[in-house]
Amino acid sequence: MQFFFEVAINGLLSGLMYSLVALGFVLIYKASGVFNFAQGSMVYFAALAVVGLMDKGLPMWAAIIGAFFVMLAVGLGTERFVLRKLVNQPPIALFMASIGLSFFLEGLGPLLFGSEVRAIDLGIVDEPIESIMNATGIGISKFDLFASGMVILLVAVLSAFFQWTKIGRALRAVADDHQAALSLGIPLQHIWAIVWGVAGFVALVAGLLWGSRNGVQYALTMTALKALPVLILGGFTSVPGAIVGGLIIGASEKLAEIYLPPIMQDSFGGNFGGIEGWFPYVFALLFLLVRPEGLFGEKHIDRV
Amino acid sequence: MSRQRTIGEVILDLQNISLSFGGVRALADISFDVRQHEIRAIIGPNGAGKSSMLNVINGVYHPQQGNIVFRGQTRHRMNPTRVAKGGIARTFQNIALFKGMSVLDNIMTGRNTKMKRGLLANALWWGPARNEEIAHRHKVEEVIDFLEIQHIRKTPVGRLPYGLQKRVELARALAAEPEVLLLDEPMAGMNVEEKQDMCRFILDVNDQFGTTIVLIEHDMGVVMDISDRVVVLDYGKKIGDGTPADVMQNQDVIDAYLGTSHQEM
Repeated sequence: MQFFFEVAINGLLSGLMYSLVALGFVLIYKASGVFNFAQGSMVYFAALAVVGLMDKGLPMWAAIIGAFFVMLAVGLGTERFVLRKLVNQPPIALFMASIGLSFFLEGLGPLLFGSEVRAIDLGIVDEPIESIMNATGIGISKFDLFASGMVILLVAVLSAFFQWTKIGRALRAVADDHQAALSLGIPLQHIWAIVWGVAGFVALVAGLLWGSRNGVQYALTMTALKALPVLILGGFTSVPGAIVGGLIIGASEKLAEIYLPPIMQDSFGGNFGGIEGWFPYVFALLFLLVRPEGLFGEKHIDRV
Repeated sequence: MSRQRTIGEVILDLQNISLSFGGVRALADISFDVRQHEIRAIIGPNGAGKSSMLNVINGVYHPQQGNIVFRGQTRHRMNPTRVAKGGIARTFQNIALFKGMSVLDNIMTGRNTKMKRGLLANALWWGPARNEEIAHRHKVEEVIDFLEIQHIRKTPVGRLPYGLQKRVELARALAAEPEVLLLDEPMAGMNVEEKQDMCRFILDVNDQFGTTIVLIEHDMGVVMDISDRVVVLDYGKKIGDGTPADVMQNQDVIDAYLGTSHQEM
């Protein structure tokens, strides 16, 4: 039972890191109705920017600040040179553009900041916390706990920003109805620029955490795709949904990895490993059949 | 009409506006003006170009020809953000509220152009930004009182009945303290009581705030009751312009829209 809890808790914590990537998707989807395929590439790009700037001799804190401005530039550039040209185009056109953007970033990043695999050392070791270990026998990684704390903090700050400030309200207004927002004098471009800037910032935090865990490498973009099942579970438009979805995916994939192989071996024979890799997608697929709008997504009922 | 108002000078002048979408002529060489403090109605059959006209004023559509003079400034095309800042607010034919947000938040978005604090102050929920928010909340509460929607303040807009949604949309437009208010069928789909309420609110806005009102409406009784002057469109052309009484005598208008003259209105 102890082992079960250990697996579940560590799954939950690592799930929060998926939530972080999912959060980037949600922000942009909410405000501009674009499914931003490039979010994973932005995570990779941000992590590359950090290690790239450190290679140039900057201390870590300066590299992080530098990378923040790089991501801001990416966000503003995307609004200026991609989105602005595509105003009033169908969502599929914007989606295609975001695929283009992802190739662009995946090419530009290594070109600017080098392509060899490097590590980010945030100074927090990935080892169990002793006091908890001694008291309960459950091992919880310090790093995971730190990362979760960061995610929760970020989500709290963003939620407050969206809920209680003029700009947050304008963001929600734009997400809801472009026409009406325009008629109230809310400048769309301004708002999009802010959203992409914030999404860039979220990508940076995700890049830092994922980069220090798995190393800064191309595979980060693949890890980021794990955010897709999270979004399907949580709904594309909900920040709390991204969190809950991440928790469910994280815990279920870790538990499946441990407990499914023996069962499957018994019934089918053969060797089943790496369930973690595909389980979330299958889970999301099944979930789609039951609740296509996600746990927290908006259900659209159109009058016929 | 017993109300005492002084109709002022021309505040909005539309000069020879032509608008087409591809081969379809939505508006053909239309000119009319709107005077300060008046209630100006635009009527006409469906597809006559009434909403297109509002969209031109509000900068959503850009006419191929013609000029728009607003408060002495002549422009060929308007821009929605600038229009909003310049003091023109509007409502939509199909309610365009932010469905997921509360009534209060919806109305607060109307104050957007009046709030000056920047991104950073907002992000940090800094003193000045917070004070600003509170000051604007007061203003919004006044609008809420005025339109008698206190009881639904916190309700998400999507849950409200149609008539109240229309009222909230009016509140959001009023929150911007506009000089000119564009109303696109404010009474469509309402029952008699709701219509009377809406009429009363429109007249009150016009009286108490001196707001100029441009109104599209199908209910001829309402139009004749509350408007000072009426412009009639048909297939994108202007076929009548004048006081309600004039317009009702106009043979073109009767043929196109009102029906044959032997029917009692």
